Amino acid sequence: MLQVENLSSCYGRIEVLHGVDLEVHSGEIVSVVGANGAGKTTLLKCLSGVQPASGGKVHFRGEDISTRPAHRRTSLGLAQAPEGRQIFTNLTVEENLRLGAYLFNDDRIDKDMEDAFRLFPILKERRNLSAGGLSGGQQQMLAVARALMSRPSCLLLDEPSMGLAPKLVEQILDVVKNLRSLEVTVLMVEQNALAALGISDRGYVMETGRIVMSGPAEELIADEGVREAYLGI
Amino acid sequence: MSEFLQFLFSGITVGSVYALVALGFILIFNASGVVNFAQGEFVMLGGMITYFTYSAGVPLAAAAVFAILVTCLAGVALNKLAIGPARGASVVSLIIITIGASIFLRGLAQVVFDKQLHRFPSISGDDPISIGGATILPQSLWIIGGALGAFLALYLFFSHTLTGKAVLATANNKLAAQLVGIGTNNMMTLSFALSAAVGALGGVLMTPVTLTSYDVGLTLALKGFAGAILGGMGSPFGALAGGLLVGLIEAMTAGYISSEYKDAVAFIVILLVLFVMPNGLFGRSALERV
Ligand SMILES: Nc1ncnc2c1ncn2[C@@H]1O[C@H](COP(=O)(O)OP(=O)(O)OP(=O)(O)O)[C@@H](O)[C@H]1O
Ligand SMILES: [Mg+2]
Repeated sequence: MLQVENLSSCYGRIEVLHGVDLEVHSGEIVSVVGANGAGKTTLLKCLSGVQPASGGKVHFRGEDISTRPAHRRTSLGLAQAPEGRQIFTNLTVEENLRLGAYLFNDDRIDKDMEDAFRLFPILKERRNLSAGGLSGGQQQMLAVARALMSRPSCLLLDEPSMGLAPKLVEQILDVVKNLRSLEVTVLMVEQNALAALGISDRGYVMETGRIVMSGPAEELIADEGVREAYLGI
Repeated sequence: MSEFLQFLFSGITVGSVYALVALGFILIFNASGVVNFAQGEFVMLGGMITYFTYSAGVPLAAAAVFAILVTCLAGVALNKLAIGPARGASVVSLIIITIGASIFLRGLAQVVFDKQLHRFPSISGDDPISIGGATILPQSLWIIGGALGAFLALYLFFSHTLTGKAVLATANNKLAAQLVGIGTNNMMTLSFALSAAVGALGGVLMTPVTLTSYDVGLTLALKGFAGAILGGMGSPFGALAGGLLVGLIEAMTAGYISSEYKDAVAFIVILLVLFVMPNGLFGRSALERV
């Protein structure tokens, strides 16, 4: 589904991704764990196209998308819920969701929106209010729901549970887990690395812009080094 | 009473021109956060290109459409050649670029056209219509109608169309806009084109009454900007109301005090309003989490 080969990226002259190789197969949930500043967000931004890559290739469903602009990657079915509740604060909750389905104009939009409201009932209550007036956690839910509205076949989630109460963290990870049944492939970065690996098939460990380890999620959870450095157990 | 009515008519007429300029301002501001001080030059181009095309023997209506289209292209070029390459620069730098662009366009108009005052015929003749002892020119009604029409079109565009929402989304959060599949560069192009069209429409409609020349843009930009700020720099309704208010204040000052003070009084009133209401009369309240 998603193949990343030798991907590098820079901010100005400083390279922060140094040749990342990574693969996500259709139907999988894959987690990337790593310390703050390891380059996880930069990696996801390069995949969605909002951050330019300085080298390497990205293939999505067999197509080389390395030079495609971000909005043309979304139209291929590669969606991202970016880090830090990037919602449209000047529009209502419902308008945010409608724009999630910007590329579409059909009956399925209403149905998808009802699905989103079922996942996050609080959004339904606030549907006509300005999204800027939502709490941080509610904005985070809206960002995830909006990404789902674009009918992704592969969803990139950057810390979807950031700022959520423990119960809601569980809830949002449940949502992610259930994406499997909707045949949405997931590549996710999570602060709650243990919980994330718990619902993942495979995982990658990132350190200062490189992948230093990868394998089935259970193996990573069982690994002494990983447990100590990233899982806090 | 008839005196007051006369000032009212003239205030609404020039206020409508300011409103068209203000609408152009907020179109670009809504999409990019940039205050485009070349906005007045769009009005100038609308009038001047219509005049010279009309003088070359083209029917007036066709000349006006042609002028609006060419001005649209000028707006797109301004975005592509001046604003686009500097994207990522601070908003202040971008604003300075638009001031540079306005000086350039004025210079260009002086060379390509000339330095004379020009006028072309009114749409419905020049016989004044009398109402309650005061008179109003038919062309004034066209100007007022133009401002109302542009307002209505933009209001519907932003509140009822997905593309309008996409423009607002692009201004609010460019990264997120790209991620939902919005071609943000296209939205910028669209905003500049629409903004230029609205400005040019103002130029076409006002020229039979106020005349035009290569240098009408600067004053119009300042007055239109004042109107946009007064209206809260955001909603089409604010721009319309703000533009009309600036026109009315000016006309009343000129009528009852002296026309020498009309600019000063207009700006003083605006400063006072902003002092009391920093978000303008119809500005969004600060209910926004960043
Ligand atoms: N806009 C930027 N400009 C310059 N450097 C940046 C920028 N964004 C990130 N960096 C740098 O790139 C490196 C990787 O950052 P990135 O945000 O990808 O890390 P991360 O793994 O997502 O961290 P976190 O877990 O804190 O979200 C860091 O060293 C950071 O300082
Ligand atoms: Mg991050």
